[in-house]
Amino acid sequence: MDLAELFQLFDSTMRNATPLLLACLAGLFSERAGIFDIGLEGKMLAAAFASAGVAAWAAAPYVADPFPGQISGLGLGWTAAWLGVMAGIAASMAMALLHGFASITLRGNQLISGVAINFLAAGVTVLVGEALFSMGGQTPQLTGGARFIGLTLPLADTIGAIPVIGPFYRDVLSGQVILVYIALLMVPLTAWILFSTRFGLRLRAVGENPGAVDTAGISVTRQRYAAVLICGVLCGLAGAYLSMGTSAAGFVKDMTAGRGFIALAALIFAKWKPYPALWACLLFGLLEAIGSKYQNVDVGAFVIPVQFMQALPYILTVVILAGFIGKATPPKAGGQPYVKER
Amino acid sequence: MTVVEDNLKGRPEAAPDATAIELTGISKSFGPVQANKDISMKVQRGTIHGIVGENGAGKSTLMSILYGFYKADKGEIRIGGTPTQINNSDDAIRAGIGMVHQHFMLVQPFTVLENVVLGAEDGAMLKPSLAKARTLLTELAREYELEVDPDAVVGDLAVGFQQRVEILKALYRKADILILDEPTGVLTPAEADHLFRILEGLKREGKTIILITHKLREIMAITDTVSVMRQGEMTATVKTADTSPTELAELMVGRKVLLRIEKSPPNIGETLMEIRGLRVRDPDGVERLKGIDLDLKAGEILGVAGVAGNGQSALLEVLGGITAASGGTVTMNGRALDLSAQADAGERRDHGIAHVPEDRHRLGLIMPYSAWENACFGYHDRAEYSSPKGFLRRTFMRDDAREKIEKYDVRPANCDLKASNFSGGNQQKIVIAREIESNPDILLIGQPTRGVDIGAIEFIHNQIVALRDKGKAVLLVSVELEEILALSDRIVVMFDGAISGERLPQDTDENELGLLMAGIDPKEGPQ
Repeated sequence: MDLAELFQLFDSTMRNATPLLLACLAGLFSERAGIFDIGLEGKMLAAAFASAGVAAWAAAPYVADPFPGQISGLGLGWTAAWLGVMAGIAASMAMALLHGFASITLRGNQLISGVAINFLAAGVTVLVGEALFSMGGQTPQLTGGARFIGLTLPLADTIGAIPVIGPFYRDVLSGQVILVYIALLMVPLTAWILFSTRFGLRLRAVGENPGAVDTAGISVTRQRYAAVLICGVLCGLAGAYLSMGTSAAGFVKDMTAGRGFIALAALIFAKWKPYPALWACLLFGLLEAIGSKYQNVDVGAFVIPVQFMQALPYILTVVILAGFIGKATPPKAGGQPYVKER
Repeated sequence: MTVVEDNLKGRPEAAPDATAIELTGISKSFGPVQANKDISMKVQRGTIHGIVGENGAGKSTLMSILYGFYKADKGEIRIGGTPTQINNSDDAIRAGIGMVHQHFMLVQPFTVLENVVLGAEDGAMLKPSLAKARTLLTELAREYELEVDPDAVVGDLAVGFQQRVEILKALYRKADILILDEPTGVLTPAEADHLFRILEGLKREGKTIILITHKLREIMAITDTVSVMRQGEMTATVKTADTSPTELAELMVGRKVLLRIEKSPPNIGETLMEIRGLRVRDPDGVERLKGIDLDLKAGEILGVAGVAGNGQSALLEVLGGITAASGGTVTMNGRALDLSAQADAGERRDHGIAHVPEDRHRLGLIMPYSAWENACFGYHDRAEYSSPKGFLRRTFMRDDAREKIEKYDVRPANCDLKASNFSGGNQQKIVIAREIESNPDILLIGQPTRGVDIGAIEFIHNQIVALRDKGKAVLLVSVELEEILALSDRIVVMFDGAISGERLPQDTDENELGLLMAGIDPKEGPQ
């Protein structure tokens, strides 16, 4: 394997890790506040659909008298993509509010609510997609201003001439879509919010001992809703990236393909901490990249089948969730609705 | 004035009115239970005011109303002379009230500083708040002997230090009135002494302290005035200097008419159970039993008296196989019982020990299950209830339950009702029927008549006596002194995890037992 091949692998690692990282940080906010969220998957899926759908519509040219099946849109340029992102965030936040209402206000079971959200998203996206676009639940292929394209970072070619580090900058760091950079920036931002602000202190406290927060005269309910909504925003970004920032360039039925659950596994692996979450997601991203790059690995005696290679991230998920990797202590009040008592 | 001084003394000078808190006509009901009945109380500024009473007397409810956890149905709260609405903890904090809860309200993985600052931050950024808290904590530590490492993680601290963090939290919020709910329950004697020095210091600074406890010695040692609560009512408020532990014990327990129990003289047989040096340590590391020696003989009812929380529950639970012992032995008919964590209640039942637990909702019944299921739980794997292949003999179980219901006069006589649909007394009858009908050699029974109406009390008492007349042994734990006196053939009193005295019922009275319950042996003089 030469350096170029390695950097190619890293490049796809970055792209694979982005939706995982956004979803993982989303889960981090929610679970640190004591609300377990297995509905990351559903929120991402809803966001992927809403952003692809809205972006496609916004970018389509205006037609005064469309024939059946033709879309008459707004004819926007690059703003179409951002309108799509907004729509994705809105859809994801709506789902998050639903989860919050069920688990905070109604004190329901958080796992069941999460499962319900996953099913709801899987069904609703296809139903609405078929009704709007009549393409078997898909959205139209995104082109032009409706999708994100890679950004070339400054001096990519100049720095690229430096051996080793240069090509890494040019081929891996540079050339990604903007959502990748947003995801990376979210890591220090999350750490800062969590550990340096009043909001973060209260958020962490509410996930550990809501009674302490309540007796300190702060509303547990409000704090938890805030966390759940932030979770919605980040899942929205993750979904938008999937349908608008990858080569898929459009929404396909069930396109999240379990990424919400892998993000959860990464969250546990990272012990609910922001920087470890970054490394965990990169690891999963790398495994996914290996799986799609090396389809049939010939190890001499036999050939490792492609299916095994592609199953790698899922196998790691099972291993992590089975608790083989260290002891992960979740936030103490996680999963429990807060009921005021003496 | 510096920031620190501002925090310490910043509250505007008190109104000339010397009353810190005045409660008038406070009432609070939970469903049919009236937890507080028309309570009025005045607490003078700069004093330590004790509130004593048995479990369930309504002390905690009253304080929860004051701290905004519950809203009173009726009544008025005046703080420093001003009528004050307290709807939540925030209102209470604003009114200058701080509370140290019995179960600490601390975030375990946070540092001391973070815990103190939580909810009382100065701005959106943590850093300035933490820096300010650090300075203030140093000041408070010097002034009140409240030393604690501000950077220590609370979960790593001993309980005594965690309690200091709770007090610091209240002081950081400029509390003038400090409520402490059973503060010494988890403390060692040395830690408790230190706490009292801290409270004296706070009093000197003009703070008002309300101390909720059921330990009479603490009341005598540190309070200026004391209020006694019984069954939701405030029965007396006296100056501590003008009263005595004997009088307080009387006021706490109340002087009700003794229930008459028809009881023949006991026919005491051989020793069934020998307890030697029994010790129990709870998960917090506090020693609940400190070396108990006790013999239980066939044909006797051995009463264990004591104010709740002095080790009686630990004794019942360790004998009943619910918790493990940390030392000592228990032999039954010459065979040693397994006191390790591996043993369970089923193993005790196989030895012929039946257990009616103190808390029937937590340990005695499964509330959403039907009466017929509850009437055989714990014995359901025995041959009469289930086939060798593991299927339940449901028809037999229901017939059996119907029989028990009839014999023990459970009302309504319907074995298909859920346990939660019966009244407290009838729930208790289901538990007692199950345990007594298993024909044990030893019956452990805790608070047999707690929350039970008068008619059922008599019935339950007669069942206990009938079992003893059959030559069985009964270990009776109760906080009701009358019950102990009326039922027991022999009485031991527990105080602070040890036995503080043994008496025969005919040779003693409530006053003497009350003193023993407070850890004072009248025959030896005060300790």
